Amino acid sequence: MHSETLDTVDRKFDVTRIRRDFPVLDQLVHGKPLVYLDNAATSQKPQVVLDAINRYYRMGNANIHRGVHYLSEQATQEYEGAREKVRRFLNARSTREIVFVRGTTEGINLVASTFGRSKVRAGDEILISAMEHHSNIVPWQLLCEEKGAKLRVVPISDRGELILDEYQKLLSERTKLVAVTHVSNALGTINPVKHVIAEAHRRSIPVLIDGAQAVPHDRVDVRDLDCDFYALSGHKMFGPTGVGILYAREAILEEMPPYQGGGDMIKSVTFERTIFNDLPYRFEAGTPHIAGGIGLGAAVDYLEQLDWQGLGEYEDALLEYATEALSSVKKLQIIGTAREKTGVISFVIEGVHPHDVGTVLDQEGIAVRTGHHCAQPVMQRFNIPATARASFALYNTQEEVDSLVAGVHKVMELFG
Amino acid sequence: MSELRALYQEIILDHNKNPRNFKRLEDANRTVDGYNPLCGDHYTLFLKVEGDIIRDIAFQGSGCAISKASASIMTSLVKGKTKAEAEKLFGTFHKLVTGELDGSVTLEDLGKLAAFGGVSEFPARVKCASLPWHTMRSALESKTQTVSTE
Repeated sequence: MHSETLDTVDRKFDVTRIRRDFPVLDQLVHGKPLVYLDNAATSQKPQVVLDAINRYYRMGNANIHRGVHYLSEQATQEYEGAREKVRRFLNARSTREIVFVRGTTEGINLVASTFGRSKVRAGDEILISAMEHHSNIVPWQLLCEEKGAKLRVVPISDRGELILDEYQKLLSERTKLVAVTHVSNALGTINPVKHVIAEAHRRSIPVLIDGAQAVPHDRVDVRDLDCDFYALSGHKMFGPTGVGILYAREAILEEMPPYQGGGDMIKSVTFERTIFNDLPYRFEAGTPHIAGGIGLGAAVDYLEQLDWQGLGEYEDALLEYATEALSSVKKLQIIGTAREKTGVISFVIEGVHPHDVGTVLDQEGIAVRTGHHCAQPVMQRFNIPATARASFALYNTQEEVDSLVAGVHKVMELFG
Repeated sequence: MSELRALYQEIILDHNKNPRNFKRLEDANRTVDGYNPLCGDHYTLFLKVEGDIIRDIAFQGSGCAISKASASIMTSLVKGKTKAEAEKLFGTFHKLVTGELDGSVTLEDLGKLAAFGGVSEFPARVKCASLPWHTMRSALESKTQTVSTE
């Protein structure tokens, strides 16, 4: 029944055509067709992204923002063009609000070490959730330790959903920032971030959203969300590694002290005094990852030309199909059963360690992630050491889900 | 499946399902934790060392099939052995799983350790197989902190 649903949406979405855009998918691993289901770790890159990076290094390589020569101007234009593409993609008001960083982790660290250091004092609180990635826990822990502030944690239910009543109770005049993930990398839960933001704003508390897992699956509109910070990674949205974006509301950015010092973030320097550059350059010291930025721009172009409604329906149908197929396997338990989920299925098999599951699946050409997914508190919450995680992207197919299920049966055969 | 079968040999599957010396040793005089944070393997090793001899050894904890079978087989092998003998076994084992064994070591020398001959083909799993051995070494050196193979 569900396969029909998937067939119907596939006819509209045409996953075969999408797959042709990603050259890496067409290969054998251990003699089997590659089934890449580790997209929450990093996504594959379409040819247009590879071409953009290649073209820059072959024909356009130059440093940006300072040369008067042709190549430098071209590179600056492309790099700043990518910033504008990201602005449009996120629906930010201005490119002054789009800061290039290395990735989500650096984006969050930037906020912790500038906004955090200047605003958080002893006795204050920072509120995160129990489903955060380590990158949205540790920077706040470090800050709290330095300032004598306290890290508070919104608990999650057995389904892996935020307990919103508890969230309400934890908000107080001591709360200086709420930092939560849009989509959980370990559980797939889509959080009601718009509600989370509105509730914090009622008390004038700014909110940071970790968007690393959300952007490849759904349209994000930072103005509609009304968030104060939104951090994302290029490599999880079909762009290159080493580049990401921190969106920050202009009024907040204006007040924040600089992050790193160096070239490009200044207007003038004497030994007595430095005048800092305008936004967003004030937060971008040193030569950036120019090729990465240009590659990210190409990834945004790629995303923009997709049929997002068709994509959404296709991914939902694929997740439903995979959930049903894996649920029917005896001794297999899915961890994370939120009502609103993206294509992430974390699972454990009774009596078989996830690491062994991963090795057996790998021999079948199937790439899944095994371990704690940089979310050890989530593992502790569910009282498990680790999970195996299959995470889907727009190029995954029903046949690949069938291969995964067949692989899981091989695991059972071996360890049963 | 052949490489997989070489990794998960019957003896490994058996020791994973029915680990030997899988208990707490009440009269242990050395207790050391071994932890692999990447995959979550976590074992506690209990030793009763008298002079130079490992009188008794047992373990508890959880982890993947490779690490558990390795702990199970290791405890069976070193019980009653001297520290030097245990150290020698570790040397042989280490060479075996990292694929550095030379021709001078026969299958007979390897004994039960031979079951881990397939591990060297799976670089990501070498640390699973080695964790119990590193933990034991640490216990023999009287270190009490947690051992990690990361």
